[in-house]
Amino acid sequence: MTPRVTVQAAPFDLAAEMTALLAGRVDVGGLASFVGLVRADEGLAALTLEHYPGMTERAIAGIAAEACGRWPLTGCTVIHRVGRLPPGAPIVLVLTASAHRAASLEACAFLIDWLKTGAPFWKREEFADGRERWVEAKAADDAAALRWAR
Amino acid sequence: MHLLYFAWVRQRVGLGEEDIAPPPAVRDVAGLVAFLAARSPGHAAAFADPRQIRCAVNQEFADPTTPVGPEDEIAFFPPVTGG
Repeated sequence: MTPRVTVQAAPFDLAAEMTALLAGRVDVGGLASFVGLVRADEGLAALTLEHYPGMTERAIAGIAAEACGRWPLTGCTVIHRVGRLPPGAPIVLVLTASAHRAASLEACAFLIDWLKTGAPFWKREEFADGRERWVEAKAADDAAALRWAR
Repeated sequence: MHLLYFAWVRQRVGLGEEDIAPPPAVRDVAGLVAFLAARSPGHAAAFADPRQIRCAVNQEFADPTTPVGPEDEIAFFPPVTGG
């Protein structure tokens, strides 16, 4: 089973992606999904996502393959959007299918946690008053911070 | 050596990518950062606090001791904020 990994500007179709993951199968007992959305905090007007074409897809494919090694998945889909997105817009979709619910739920959580810290994406916030700022990584994400001192 | 910059690193440098030929003394990521910081005021601003910068060499996450060479694709960017 090869995970489906896509980075795209276009919206995704949750129902169509779920159907595709189950097509022709009767061995799936659980299909877990996570959809990340743009939240309108502090008067946010839009969120722009930037990525590293090539590396981003490779990095996600690598971690999806790791998820498939840790849990007995029958299907796995990761779609991450890039570009300028308004509040309420879906940003990311993770789908994981397995014979049993625990594997699908755990693998889904693993993938979305990893996407936060291990895939090269950057978010820039635009606010209604014209301010712009790059979202800073959470302190917890800095555990893996590089040390540059020579 | 092909360099790529993303997010605020790109904005501060003023370029999305560039090709450079650093001196032979530049052998690793830390050495390259020191070399780049002296390249222009924009580079200096981008690399002013190297602790805020992450790096990938040939599309794999790297650290300051990762070797770099003339054929490498090297990217600099802030800590990632996806998901």
